Amino acid sequence: MTGPEMATDGYWERLPLLARDGASGLFPTPWREAVSGLISIAAILAVFGLVFAFLTLAERKILGRTQNRPGPNRTGPGGLLQPFADAIKMLTKEDIIPRTADRVLHFLAPVVLVAFSLIAFAVIPFGRRLLPVDLDSGVLYFFAAGAGTELAVFMAGWGSRNKYSLLGAMRALAQLISYELPLLLAFVPVIMASGTLSTRGIVAAQGGWTDGLIPRWHVFTPWGFAGFILFMVAALAESNRSPFDLPEAESELIAGHLTEYSGFKYALFFMAEYFGMCALSGMAVTLFLGGWQAPCAFLEVVPSYVWFALKLLGLLLGFIWIRATLPRLRIDQLTRLAWKFLVPLALINLGSAGWAGPLQPLRWAVALALVALPFLLIGRKLTAGIGPRIYRYAAP
Amino acid sequence: MTAPPELFASDPSSRVRPVHDEFHGDLLEVSMGPHHPSTHGVFRMNVTLDGETVVKLKPVLGYLHRNHEKIGEKASYLGSLPFTDRLDYFCSMTNSWAYALAVEKLTGQAVPERAEYLRVILAELTRLINHTCLAGFLLQDGGASGTPLMYAFREREKILDLFESLSGSRMMCNYQRFGGCRVDPSPAWLEGAQRVTDGYGAFLDEFESLLTGNEILMARTQGIGRLAPALAVSAGVTGPMLRASGVDYDLRKVDGYGIYPRFAFRIPLGDHGDTYDRYMIRILEMRESIGILRQALRDIPGGPCLDPGAKLRGLRPKAGEAYARIEGPKGEIGFYLISDGSPSPYRYRVRPPSFINLTLLEDLCLGHTVADAVVILGSIDIVLGEVDR
Amino acid sequence: MLGTGLLHGLKVTAKNLVGSFHDPARYVTTEYPEVKAPQPENARSFPFLVSESAADPMGTMRCVACQICEKECPPQCIYIEKSKDKKPGPDGRMQLYPAVFDIDISVCMSCQICVEVCPFDAIRMDQIFEIATTERFSALLFDREKLAKPNAYYHQLHPTEAAEVDARRQAAEAKTRAKAAKPASVQPPTAPGAKAQNPPGNAP
Repeated sequence: MTGPEMATDGYWERLPLLARDGASGLFPTPWREAVSGLISIAAILAVFGLVFAFLTLAERKILGRTQNRPGPNRTGPGGLLQPFADAIKMLTKEDIIPRTADRVLHFLAPVVLVAFSLIAFAVIPFGRRLLPVDLDSGVLYFFAAGAGTELAVFMAGWGSRNKYSLLGAMRALAQLISYELPLLLAFVPVIMASGTLSTRGIVAAQGGWTDGLIPRWHVFTPWGFAGFILFMVAALAESNRSPFDLPEAESELIAGHLTEYSGFKYALFFMAEYFGMCALSGMAVTLFLGGWQAPCAFLEVVPSYVWFALKLLGLLLGFIWIRATLPRLRIDQLTRLAWKFLVPLALINLGSAGWAGPLQPLRWAVALALVALPFLLIGRKLTAGIGPRIYRYAAP
Repeated sequence: MTAPPELFASDPSSRVRPVHDEFHGDLLEVSMGPHHPSTHGVFRMNVTLDGETVVKLKPVLGYLHRNHEKIGEKASYLGSLPFTDRLDYFCSMTNSWAYALAVEKLTGQAVPERAEYLRVILAELTRLINHTCLAGFLLQDGGASGTPLMYAFREREKILDLFESLSGSRMMCNYQRFGGCRVDPSPAWLEGAQRVTDGYGAFLDEFESLLTGNEILMARTQGIGRLAPALAVSAGVTGPMLRASGVDYDLRKVDGYGIYPRFAFRIPLGDHGDTYDRYMIRILEMRESIGILRQALRDIPGGPCLDPGAKLRGLRPKAGEAYARIEGPKGEIGFYLISDGSPSPYRYRVRPPSFINLTLLEDLCLGHTVADAVVILGSIDIVLGEVDR
Repeated sequence: MLGTGLLHGLKVTAKNLVGSFHDPARYVTTEYPEVKAPQPENARSFPFLVSESAADPMGTMRCVACQICEKECPPQCIYIEKSKDKKPGPDGRMQLYPAVFDIDISVCMSCQICVEVCPFDAIRMDQIFEIATTERFSALLFDREKLAKPNAYYHQLHPTEAAEVDARRQAAEAKTRAKAAKPASVQPPTAPGAKAQNPPGNAP
């Protein structure tokens, strides 16, 4: 992916590409492109594999610190080897397959889940020159791959031939499908504003700065901000994170679609959940937070992939922070939130973004009002009957 | 849709809504427990589900039965004291106070004033511990991944350290005696108690801002497990569960045992009787307890902490019977003793508040989902040591 | 507005997260076994028998095998066998001693009633808790040899209490010696360790 402006990029900016081209240059010419693609795949696997490993550690340590305790700190210095210890533990566990289970489905479900989660990474631009596959409809491809993961959840529940697994899988699937709609509707204004479905184009549309200081990211527009919040809430639900982690809840009756899985396959489900989290966060960065763009003009000396990484880490830490604080929603409350709150707001948000033209402050004020008012009204209706109470005391 | 089940139907099976035959829907019968992260001990619930809704719930108890009452008939009066600590193992101070009160009634033993103040201080500290733990556990069951529980336990540690430096043990204190308290606290201990009391208000404020206005918590607990006051009274429910349904009955005011009439405190009452009310009443009671503690620590007199004429070993009360009850953190805990003049009681009976409150579990859970059943169980505040004895 | 409660909660969690790095009140873990939480003086775990001297713990035990603690122990974890002969006790008088004194640690519930009822200050509470063992049966039955510990150890564990006990015992002994020194009246010697009626400051 060399471009005409590559010569003007800084050394650190060009370094990953130089490394890849150098490695593929060792091979004869007809193979170079294939090898170059394989190196990109290997790089993504390696980087996001390590991100997954250290994200589990970061989650446990941040959860621990929030709870006034250290988190894992015994394996390795400061607990850094903990993810590898966990991996070894998972690998050495016995792999139990129920006798009545459908062996093909039971085996394929985690594989399919991880596979679809991984192929979604192909269209995320990690840096100025670091877009693995430049598709014209990159965003569409991304969400199609994400929908494929839902199939795997159902395969897991059905293939286990277990009443409880099937019920749990149906519940998980209901949650995933309900939140697909707000997820997709939330970024449609972004597509409308950028005029393209290609991720490269969306990031390019967010380029530039007003007065060299305020970036033109979509999150700083009223419809973009509302869309970002909706997208992140739906992303929480799509990756089964707290407060939408009912399918994995331990205080629940049924372990859900994961009941019949043990050992490494169980680990693969969680790996897929974290990959999904990273992919969705990466897409949120691309769509709303300007992708690899620097926040200010003079900060462009820092390479673009570093900015992408910082923004991604910020979103992932937000996921962890929310997990540390919020209790869990019940399944009917969860689905009600999606259909009766998020979907109407997302649709209204569409309307507020569709108006282009002059008088930008007026447009923005109207757009803000257009989202804020329904938020307050529907919010009030959703929480009707519940609210803080004042208690009386017995007469002395 | 059939009418809601009648509460006092003579045939218990009529409480189950009939299932439509044409769907051949079978009811799913599941057993939650005894090994389960949310059952607060070894406790089993046989739940019959219609889809997600609970249509029948049978609690199965007895996994922690330890023959407490039978042991009480063989051990001496002094020997039963450490066993009472282990009934409701969160509240050892109040259990043994109720037992000591029963024996003092049997023997007509007087208690010096300093000991009465000490008993009040320790009982209110125990109330703080218990209600803090309940808040933590309830939220843990509701799904907050451990954060409120850890905060609750952090504060509980401070009070447990106080108990350890006073009586030698954090939970199984073995502190009350017939005629007072075993160990006289030093002025340093009283200062420590004062510090803990002063810091507790800030902790409660932080805890409340973490959770009380939380929309998710409110959605999970408001309107869930509603308890009508008439049913609560007729089932013998006592404690915060009763007061959350709006019934003004607190033994500290009704009986005025010990020196409670000297302290100014209010009784919070709930209007809805649901899980949220049970949780909030306990938070408000904690604030009242802090007030009582301040007053008691300010007014505690000097003097002996154990009546000099008190007899410990070889106690042989005259033949007779006595029932003494106190407002423990979970409800009315009472001890009924029948003495026949020998060193061991003829009959030794504990009135366990958790067990009696638990008998209403099915009524509270009918019509709710399984997730709610877990939260309702948490709000009843049971400890299996007391339920099973 | 919907969501304000959630935001308050996030603020509290963030305060704890940031505070755990600089505020000791927000990081309350003691990393055992490198750091051990200090035990207060009153802390109790299992009983031990007090001997006067470390050089001869068996011979200078204060216990006279009166078996009161065995009778009063609620879970009945103490087993005592009196000796057939008498040995000179710590104050020189001939007294019985326990030939067998076993405490089953796996049964003992640390209630310390044995300590309260002992008239001879012979049994006190230890603070040991790192006694986990892989041997299921005999390793948790502490016999006389394992239980006997010197008075110096008692002073180390519970300084205030040990000082009080020593003062009381010395006062009682002084009283006994004073009575025995009086040639006119022949009075039976009072038992050692009886509660002193003299105000403190009387003993030499």
